[in-house]
Amino acid sequence: MHPIRKKRLTIVLFLLAGLAVAVGLTTYALRQNINLFYDPTQIAAGEAPADVRIRAGGMVEEGSVLRDTESLKVAFKVTDFTESVTVEYVGILPDLFAEGQGIVAMGRLNSEGVFVADQVLAKHDENYMPPEVADALAKASESRDIAVEATKTLTN
Amino acid sequence: MWPFFHKLGSPKWFYGIATRLMPWLLVLGLLCLGAGLVWGLAFAPKDYLQGNSYRIIFIHVPSAFLAQSIYIMMASAAVVTLVWRMKLADVFVKATAPVGLVLTFISLFTGAVWGKPTWGTWWIWDARLTSMLILLFLYGGVIALDRAINDEKSAARAVAILVLVGVVNIPIIKYSVDWWNTLHQPATFKLTEKPSMPAEMWVPLLLSVIGLYLLFGWLACLRMQTEILIREQRTRWVQDLFHVNEGVR
Repeated sequence: MHPIRKKRLTIVLFLLAGLAVAVGLTTYALRQNINLFYDPTQIAAGEAPADVRIRAGGMVEEGSVLRDTESLKVAFKVTDFTESVTVEYVGILPDLFAEGQGIVAMGRLNSEGVFVADQVLAKHDENYMPPEVADALAKASESRDIAVEATKTLTN
Repeated sequence: MWPFFHKLGSPKWFYGIATRLMPWLLVLGLLCLGAGLVWGLAFAPKDYLQGNSYRIIFIHVPSAFLAQSIYIMMASAAVVTLVWRMKLADVFVKATAPVGLVLTFISLFTGAVWGKPTWGTWWIWDARLTSMLILLFLYGGVIALDRAINDEKSAARAVAILVLVGVVNIPIIKYSVDWWNTLHQPATFKLTEKPSMPAEMWVPLLLSVIGLYLLFGWLACLRMQTEILIREQRTRWVQDLFHVNEGVR
């Protein structure tokens, strides 16, 4: 390669490497601000500030959704399978909201450690499947549960 | 390899090759994209959770994918411009930046349309959406900078530097969903694992991605040819090209 081109190529490579390091360090330093939400473990560890508008995210715990019969008030637990946080919300929930589904809620953490949300967004995961497959999977796990139960009764 | 590389730098040679390649790219691209879209939008099964609204991925994913790959191609061309001062590399950047801009816009727009029923919001400032918006501004900046400088050579260098500086955004877009908590879901397709999607969904998606790639190739050739004709209008071969055509008429 021509020496002048070699020199230019070195400059270009240095430029790229320098940029990558600079941007890498910046985003690393800002990682807590870039994170969209706090997960329940961070909230339980006291990393999330109280009484400041923040977002909390995680899975809606199975069997934790309590709906008020008179109003749109709803309370549920959000979990990351190590810790969980109670969320209270008044309003219409997105269609995808369900137990076992991921959500991101915006609101404030009150002094009792309850998260009072004013917006609840559903988080979609990367899995897609046709309804028949989902049904079949659900049936398979159901019959497995039945089988497990049956073996338990038999062994007893 | 080097003689081929230098030949590639000749606008005249490229003009001829592009003319021969373009019909293939156009026909194959339309076939693949058409098949992928019709299959995906009309025949693929619906999703168990989102129903039919997930079908936007057949437009959203190919355009987002292309928007990022075009930028990587532009960055490679920018290195060639800066190191080898090859005119054709600059022609490529100039010709494809608007295509990238439009595709980035399409992916942001379709994402917003999908986000409203799925997430419950049109827009959220999470890392993936924000870095994609930065990509849109980068494309806009590249086009604007190129227009702002009259001298062809200085414009080429300035644009190449801007494109190179912006390339750090690409890994950020790609890995934003893994590095930080985002509302946007992580990638369904990974190089090392099976896609978390059945074949009757990912095959049409793959077809539309390939189709859009081929159509991009066609459009890039077409736009580069136009740019070459404008730049080389005073050269012998371009004038010959048009005198021959006049003679036929």
